[in-house]
Amino acid sequence: MTDKTLYTVTVYSENQVGLLNQISIIFTRRQLNIESLSVSASAIEGVHKFTITTYSDRETMKKLVKQIEKRIDVLRAFFYTDDEIVFQEVALYKVPTDKLLDDKHIEELVRKHNARILEVNRIYTVIEKSGHTDETQALFEELSRYEVMQFVRSGRIAITKSTVEHVSLFLQEQQYRQNQL
Amino acid sequence: MAKEKISGAEALIRALIAEHTEYIFGYPGGAIMPVFDVLYHYRDQISHILVRHEQGATHAAQGYARVSGKTGVVIVTSGPAATNIITGLSDAMMDSTPLIVITGQVGSSLLGSDAFQETDVVGITQPVTKWSYQIRSSEEIAWAVARAFYIAGNGRPGPVVLDIAKDAQTGLTEFGYRPCQFIRSYNPYPAIKAAEIEAAAQLINQAHKPFILAGQGVILAQAEAELAELAEKADIPVGCTLLGLSAMPTDHPLYKGMLGMHGSIASNIKTNECDLLIAIGMRFDDRVTGDVNRYARQARIIHIDIDPSEFNKNVKCDVSVLGDARAVLQALLPQVNPARHTEWLESFAACEEVERIKVIEPEIHPQKPLMNMGEVARKVSEATGNDSILVTDVGQNQMLSARYYRFKRPRSIVTSGGLGTMGFGLPAAIGAKIGCPDRTVCFFTGDGGLQMTIQELGTIMQYGIDVKIILLNNNFLGMVRQWQALFFDHRYSETPMLNPDFTQVAAAYGIAGERVTSRDELNNAISRMLAHHGAYLLDVQIDPDGMVFPMTPAGACVTDIMLNATEKY
Repeated sequence: MTDKTLYTVTVYSENQVGLLNQISIIFTRRQLNIESLSVSASAIEGVHKFTITTYSDRETMKKLVKQIEKRIDVLRAFFYTDDEIVFQEVALYKVPTDKLLDDKHIEELVRKHNARILEVNRIYTVIEKSGHTDETQALFEELSRYEVMQFVRSGRIAITKSTVEHVSLFLQEQQYRQNQL
Repeated sequence: MAKEKISGAEALIRALIAEHTEYIFGYPGGAIMPVFDVLYHYRDQISHILVRHEQGATHAAQGYARVSGKTGVVIVTSGPAATNIITGLSDAMMDSTPLIVITGQVGSSLLGSDAFQETDVVGITQPVTKWSYQIRSSEEIAWAVARAFYIAGNGRPGPVVLDIAKDAQTGLTEFGYRPCQFIRSYNPYPAIKAAEIEAAAQLINQAHKPFILAGQGVILAQAEAELAELAEKADIPVGCTLLGLSAMPTDHPLYKGMLGMHGSIASNIKTNECDLLIAIGMRFDDRVTGDVNRYARQARIIHIDIDPSEFNKNVKCDVSVLGDARAVLQALLPQVNPARHTEWLESFAACEEVERIKVIEPEIHPQKPLMNMGEVARKVSEATGNDSILVTDVGQNQMLSARYYRFKRPRSIVTSGGLGTMGFGLPAAIGAKIGCPDRTVCFFTGDGGLQMTIQELGTIMQYGIDVKIILLNNNFLGMVRQWQALFFDHRYSETPMLNPDFTQVAAAYGIAGERVTSRDELNNAISRMLAHHGAYLLDVQIDPDGMVFPMTPAGACVTDIMLNATEKY
């Protein structure tokens, strides 16, 4: 088995029903497991952005991204290694309040992990933490001694470190092409 | 005054007429009845061909599209009809054939409820279409049809599905049709990059042993003249893929035969001897390359294609040139220097001589009583002046007719290449004849493939379609049998077939025909078939031990060529 790197794929698309399915089957055909997925609006009005992480190799990623771009409603697709992007995830933890209160180290824990308490009631407390996977995982492991009733981590969101906005350029080119018609 | 409102069904038919649709291949049913009702009123403007199975509608539309260059249109109902079109969609996707397939769908209020004859058409067709879209309101119809034609026919062509909910067919809408000319997220004809052209020209001008691989992209782009000009200007031999056959006339001195598993010896051997491969509108299918790790490793590779996802997908290239084959070749030609590669071209002769003695002569002039498929194909080709359209099914009949047929002009072969769909041929031949009524259509099939879509004889009967059916009948699934003979120690597992008298089956449909059991009768039988007005079935009894050679076994190196069951090149 060859070494696999975690890649972040970003896909910019029109807002069309069924696009997620079209994109995900391209991963499936290449036997790539989607580690995380997040979909949102982008900075460009009407353009949606998918952020998908997967373990693979560079050659496969090149082919994958071109096959994603082949879908009619996809504007552009890219892939990045972690050093090319600024990325973040958010995690939520639901912990029994009484166990937290019994422990003297709760303040230290929250401060150390730069976490926030979102809600407290007599039964449970909800803690939020943003960070990379290893960071949110570290807090999960520490909180486990109080019993974590629920835990959820969002998909990765990412912004490129590049100084060129390739999607905006693509849209400008397309606008020019349309004006020529 | 308010604009006139018409039903969504009428909007659909008017939109198809606005796109110059002359023929629809289809089959009615519950969820598409409003459309067929409108079709009745427009029957003087648009012809409907009622097939006998929805799969046949898709293959007929493919045959029509492949010979005419137009987009094939199919209309069927929901549920089982929609699942029956999947084979045709997959085939059209693999072979880049422009199709628009319209499926009926249950009313939008019933969607997702497992209603009668409901199936998730968009969900199951997305992987095998260029675009698949569900229309839930009549207002969307004109827009979606315009977009469908633009997507199906432009760039690398492919199939599009429009799934129309029944209430979108009956709902009223204003109608104004504007063809689609632009989709923001899709640029079908990317601008040619000067740097790519320069890099390609430089490699061509430096090459001593260049070799062109021409695929269907040449035909789709109507770049046959440019292909010939490039080959002649720089003195470059040309091999064609199965789907690229007829992009160059068979008798052109630079044409060196078909590529791949059953291609010519020269084209495969020289692939691994050339110093430059120029691949034009082809995608390095594994049936062309064999083992990619031992494919043209010594050569630089230029890959010209309109689909950027094909670059470096199967074979790594040194220079990729993105664009329509014709536009690319037109840009490239002025930068290519005239050259002569006499020694290189002469080196092909040794391979050709071995193939002639060891493969071609035994196939077309056998010294045995039983007939071969190749000799029948060559005789039919010659009897039509080498100018008829060849439609094939899949298997030995396909490979041997493709090998021994000769072509004078483009768009003269219709065959299922990428998907290898048995049963493709009969409906595709119907579509080919409708698309090219002035040309003779000769359909070569086997006894297995014919029976996969044999019900389309009914369509031939109903519309009086003049298709010449040459049944190469060995009472076996011949290609599987060949592999069993070569690689499975002659264990003929489930390949013998007990067949009906096919001439009687044809006769039941009012189709003339005859059975040919000896070589002495063959020429006269072919003459009778071609002289007959209307469809004709020639049931030719073939030697079941016949095999397709040369053969590069699956996964082997392109130069690892079997000349027959016992000898290698």
